[in-house]
Amino acid sequence: MSSPRYLPFGDTALVIEFGKAISLEINQKVVALGKTLEEAKIEGIEEIVPTYRSLLVRYNPLKTTYEKLVFQIKDIESSPKLDIVRLDSREYTIPIVYGGEYGPDLEYVARYHGLTPKQVVELHSGKKYRVYMIGFIAGFPYLGVVPDEIATPRLEKPRLKVPAGSVGIAEKQTGVYPCEAPGGWRIIGRTPIKLFNSLQQPPTLLKAGDIVKFESISEEEFQILEEVTTKTGFLAFEGIGGNENF
Amino acid sequence: MKIFKVLKPGFFTTVQDLGRFGYLKCGVPISGAMDTFSHTAANVLVGNKPEDATLEVTLTGPELQALAKTQIAVTGGAVSLNINDQKAPMWQTLEVQEGDIISFGKIENGCRAYLSVRGGINVPFVLGSRSTYVRGGFGGINGRPLKSGDEIEGFTVSLLDVQYVLPEKLVPKFTGIYHVHVVLGPQADMFSKKGVNTFFSSQYTVTPESDRMGYRLEGPAIQHKAKADIVSDTLLPGAIQVPKNGEPIIIMRDAPTSGGYAKIAVAITPDISLLGQARPGDVIAFSKITLREAQQKTREFYRLLGSLSSMLIKM
Repeated sequence: MSSPRYLPFGDTALVIEFGKAISLEINQKVVALGKTLEEAKIEGIEEIVPTYRSLLVRYNPLKTTYEKLVFQIKDIESSPKLDIVRLDSREYTIPIVYGGEYGPDLEYVARYHGLTPKQVVELHSGKKYRVYMIGFIAGFPYLGVVPDEIATPRLEKPRLKVPAGSVGIAEKQTGVYPCEAPGGWRIIGRTPIKLFNSLQQPPTLLKAGDIVKFESISEEEFQILEEVTTKTGFLAFEGIGGNENF
Repeated sequence: MKIFKVLKPGFFTTVQDLGRFGYLKCGVPISGAMDTFSHTAANVLVGNKPEDATLEVTLTGPELQALAKTQIAVTGGAVSLNINDQKAPMWQTLEVQEGDIISFGKIENGCRAYLSVRGGINVPFVLGSRSTYVRGGFGGINGRPLKSGDEIEGFTVSLLDVQYVLPEKLVPKFTGIYHVHVVLGPQADMFSKKGVNTFFSSQYTVTPESDRMGYRLEGPAIQHKAKADIVSDTLLPGAIQVPKNGEPIIIMRDAPTSGGYAKIAVAITPDISLLGQARPGDVIAFSKITLREAQQKTREFYRLLGSLSSMLIKM
């Protein structure tokens, strides 16, 4: 991989761009550098935000300068040790009720690809996804990548309201709306699991680098689980940790 | 201690402080007062710290009843302010008695006014901040704007024995024409030379599709080299993204934390605060400065905010 680009982002942040594509290899570098920089506790850095293919570093211009930070970060980023950073990635299973009122676009996705809704469900829940980043709205995980057979373009006109828990597909990405929001992703199902709770620390269930698997459940199971999660705030059924090689 | 009862909420009045920092990686925006300068001035005029919470008033003001004797200050966009039936000035400490009615007219210049109260607005910290984030439904008063009948809590603190006024030369004028300094990037290389020229040589009008999340601007289309879309990455307040139609969107404090349009430039910190006063119909012109110049201006802005309390005049 070619060396990353360093770009100023206004007067309080910089971006380290590892590439322009959605790729596992690039995202692994992003997450690894993010964790290493957090541990390095460099003077003046206030926040580190991983994305698909870049890392944003927000800093205090009273305490450091762009040039100084670039120099310090390059030193860490070029270190061979970065390849063996151990991430505390976890694996989660997220239950979904697919189709019907919970997933109004399931039929469309099936038709678009000449599949049955059942085949779409099997394909969507048949693999593990990586959390590439959390963004957009509080707790929204960008997961990838969905099998080509069900990758579907966004709605031409976004919905003004997508209910909390909705699971959608946008091209090769899949994601979960933690709260009601406008959105253009094709909604194929809904989870009763809460992905965000502002009163917990950290407030999100997932973080970049985690692994997610979806499991198809019935409407009855959805209602039972929803009652539990509404009472308790959040938390999915946690699986095994330590998937740093995924 | 209950400090105000909300008789009328105004168009969109929220509790804000300096912002919620450290949760972008969880998808939580920074939020906080849109006009940092006016928020800070309101606080120091009643002897508060800059990070104390104020009420951010948008376009039309609320009507509040004081539930205890206290001191307040109102800053920001020019608004007619009454205590009972008496006109009251902005940018200075005002004393109100239990039962007094504080009422606002329409904001005439600018978009947002700030009302501080001695000791600050007392709502719980959520993720380290009192700021209201309406989309997420948390912070401030139950994550929403004020509504009639709300009772707002304050802190029990002793009142100041002097009253202050902000020196006239420090009172900002919101003229409706904003010259915004920007630093190019992070994706300026996705725009044609012509596109970059258009951006810096044109005037853009703030459209009604503008709120705490961001401002959609109308004006000459900024040309991309090819694509307008990028693989989504992080957004911060001040970022200027340009979708395919070429009309820029300025990201503000409650915006989504990531987005998929190329960003031509980012406004400098003091000008993001100024932009907090831009309202639909206002005009914005952008000019380019170097990162070094930007950081110099930003350091001066931070120093000004830090020394504001020592620059007040005793009345």
